[in-house]
Amino acid sequence: MSAAFELAPADEEGVVAAVAQARADRAPLAICGNNGRAGSLRPVQAAARLSVRNLAGVTLYRPQEMVLSARAGTPLPVIEATLDANRQMLAAEPPDFSELFGVATPPTLGGLVASNLSGPRRIGVGGALRDQVLGVRAVTGRAEVIRSGGRVHKNVTGLDLCKLLAGSQGTLGILTEITLKLLPRPEASLTLAIAVPSLAAGVAALAAGLGSPFGVSGAALLPAGGHGFAGPTAVLRMEDFLQFLPHRSGVLRGALAEFGAVTLLEQAASESLWKDIREARLLQAAPDEAVWRLSLRPSAAPAAAGQLMRAFDARLLLDWGGGLVWVAGPATESAHGAVMQAAAAAGGSFTLFRAPDPLRLAVPVLPAEPAPLAAIGARVKAAMDPDGLLNPGRMGR
Amino acid sequence: MIELPKPDPAVLARRDEIVAALRALVPDSGRGQGVIGDAVRLKAYETDGLSAYRQPPLAVVLPTSTEQVAAVLRYCHQNNIRVIPRGAGTSLSGGALPLEDGVVIGLMRMNRILEVDYADRLAVVEAGVTNIGITQAVAGDGFFYAPDPSSQLACMIGGNVMMNSGGAHCLKYGVTAGNLLGVKLVTIEGDVIDIGGAHLDAAGYDWLGLITGSEGQLGIVTEVTVRILRAAEGARAMLAAYRSNEVAGEVVDAIIASGIIPVALEFMDRPAIHACEAFAHAGYPLDAESLLIIEVEGNTAEQDFLLGKLKEICGRFDPISLRVAETAEESLAIWKGRKGAFGAVGRISPDYLCMDGTIPTGELPRVLRRMQEMSDDYGLKVANIFHAGDGNLHPLIMFDANDPESFRKAEAFGADILKLCVEVGGCLTGEHGVGVEKRDLMNVQFSEIELTQQRAIKSAFDPQWLLNPAKVFPLAGNPLLERRA
Repeated sequence: MSAAFELAPADEEGVVAAVAQARADRAPLAICGNNGRAGSLRPVQAAARLSVRNLAGVTLYRPQEMVLSARAGTPLPVIEATLDANRQMLAAEPPDFSELFGVATPPTLGGLVASNLSGPRRIGVGGALRDQVLGVRAVTGRAEVIRSGGRVHKNVTGLDLCKLLAGSQGTLGILTEITLKLLPRPEASLTLAIAVPSLAAGVAALAAGLGSPFGVSGAALLPAGGHGFAGPTAVLRMEDFLQFLPHRSGVLRGALAEFGAVTLLEQAASESLWKDIREARLLQAAPDEAVWRLSLRPSAAPAAAGQLMRAFDARLLLDWGGGLVWVAGPATESAHGAVMQAAAAAGGSFTLFRAPDPLRLAVPVLPAEPAPLAAIGARVKAAMDPDGLLNPGRMGR
Repeated sequence: MIELPKPDPAVLARRDEIVAALRALVPDSGRGQGVIGDAVRLKAYETDGLSAYRQPPLAVVLPTSTEQVAAVLRYCHQNNIRVIPRGAGTSLSGGALPLEDGVVIGLMRMNRILEVDYADRLAVVEAGVTNIGITQAVAGDGFFYAPDPSSQLACMIGGNVMMNSGGAHCLKYGVTAGNLLGVKLVTIEGDVIDIGGAHLDAAGYDWLGLITGSEGQLGIVTEVTVRILRAAEGARAMLAAYRSNEVAGEVVDAIIASGIIPVALEFMDRPAIHACEAFAHAGYPLDAESLLIIEVEGNTAEQDFLLGKLKEICGRFDPISLRVAETAEESLAIWKGRKGAFGAVGRISPDYLCMDGTIPTGELPRVLRRMQEMSDDYGLKVANIFHAGDGNLHPLIMFDANDPESFRKAEAFGADILKLCVEVGGCLTGEHGVGVEKRDLMNVQFSEIELTQQRAIKSAFDPQWLLNPAKVFPLAGNPLLERRA
């Protein structure tokens, strides 16, 4: 779905003015950063697109406080390069996904936060991208600037609108500036790869790794191998000071032997593997195929995966210890129905993450909320965006 | 003094009828009394950890199930009765302070651990399980629940969710919000909604994130699914003491810049050092202006490595004292003074207010200097305990509660400290919550537009403002609270 014209204001006042105009005109806006994930969720029906890409640049960086603020349009690589120079990182390891969506531009910080997209390190102590958002500035559908949170690590003052806005896909407010908590970049990393006989054994191996005291920061399962692995392979990443890794990997290696043969990937191979996992490259989704993300209880993932492979020729990639199931398959309503069923059977959640427009217009892109919550959600939406101007329909509402 | 809304005379007049109706919904059982309505026993619920404020409620209900909580909320909603959720009543901000015309819903009898799953690394518990109770349930298998507020022996997980509680170890492990997977929420209308669950980052709006830290404004949480973590192989502490707060502040910066995230990084100023030493005899150097307690985790070799690096960093700044624990016992000795800090200050002053602002860590010397000037101006002593790694200050303002003037001054001093925190780029509360205590300071941190927006979200959950009203948001400018005043 492409909008007829694009607004790309230079600053926050420009965003306010654009929303105020849209309010006066009763003309909805498609909200985006670099518009790289227009192919995700439900296509937005709006004549105009509002991009925050010109609100760019790091506005505050205090490495010794582990805090960075940047305008919402700042491209992810710019932030990564800034942090890399000080041996720091975004703990959530947010993905780029420009390859998955076949676009040339990298994501913006605002786009990533608005989608709460986290990479493999989600299961580490750092948590999700939204857990690292210390503060935001945003323009609501009332054309008002609001702040929530701040630039300090601990803050429970007032309702946490940072969390509400993170993951709201631009439907409640337009993020203009974001302050993030950072972590030091670990000195060294390696990966243990276990050749497992089944998905169930693979998820059990991941659970064993995650249940160790060794700070596992990545736990994925490649059901059909790939990246040089022949068959089903469970991979566990360990990161910390270089001195710590030989002992930890040695102990863990012994503990994992019961699940299958264990091999060790040194730093460079490990980094390249986790980049492929983060970007879901191992799914090898063809451009016309659909891609789903399921969030499940990890131990429920093998059954859900089995169900999907029986229902259609699903190709899978499991991350987050099995809690995140990537699925690629035909962009059909029947395949989507199978995904919805598998998520419901496992008591989890699904997202139609990428698909051609017709499918995204035809099916629920996210699970339905129970009626009382949907009613609250509608009132919250009305409280933030009373005229329904911001990304209407994007999340299916 | 903080004002409370005038009670609704219509509700007060119906007290007996309301108590009888609540009794029918939550009858006495083998697990104890369901409803408390007599004045003597209601006194036990008149305050929480902010004991300067007292107000017995209309009644206290002690449900044992989510269904009972739902029935009580449905009844209160239909009858326009205000409700105050309560866990263990350890709130330091008056989050559980009752209202004269309000019904306290105490969750302490909902104290069962429903499920522990090590493979999926989660526990499902009722809201009245204590914070330490979760860790105790899984410690035998080497796991723990990470957030550890000082009140963890008493405080309950439902209250932790509502306050987004932190603790000394959240520098590494994060606060409550980062350690939750799901909650069972009962709305004011009595609907029971499962939010999140055993999976991460459910699609859709982040209701879990919004509810966490909402101080009972949006609903009552009856069940919580928490993430449990495998405990580190061991932990060890070190102590470093300095001649000035400026230098200690530089040491904190240097530690964070080094790439080491200690599991705890605590700071005490001179008055706190003296109070704690007199109380606990932990061997703290009395000639120091500031003292750092730094703890690291790992196996013995890893601890040695990290402590070696930290010792080198701390040594660069001309410490008065530098002590690295060699054993678990020596670690305990280093922690002994800090852990007894609240009792220690209680011994030198009849009463104290425990404040809770957060500042950017780089502002520490300036803030401590200003605080000392304010202390001189007000003529009240202040001791500082500080989660230095994350900037969360806990100034303890000492006063005499028997002297109304002393209390008034202490409150004014506290408000000035919190305003200073906001002025230097920080916030009013790092982990204790706004409650009633900081309610009237909210417009120091937020614009009227921002407060209006937050109130509108509260209204989306609770259109009649029956859930824990008169907390978090200033009374002024709120028609729903003024309606009955």
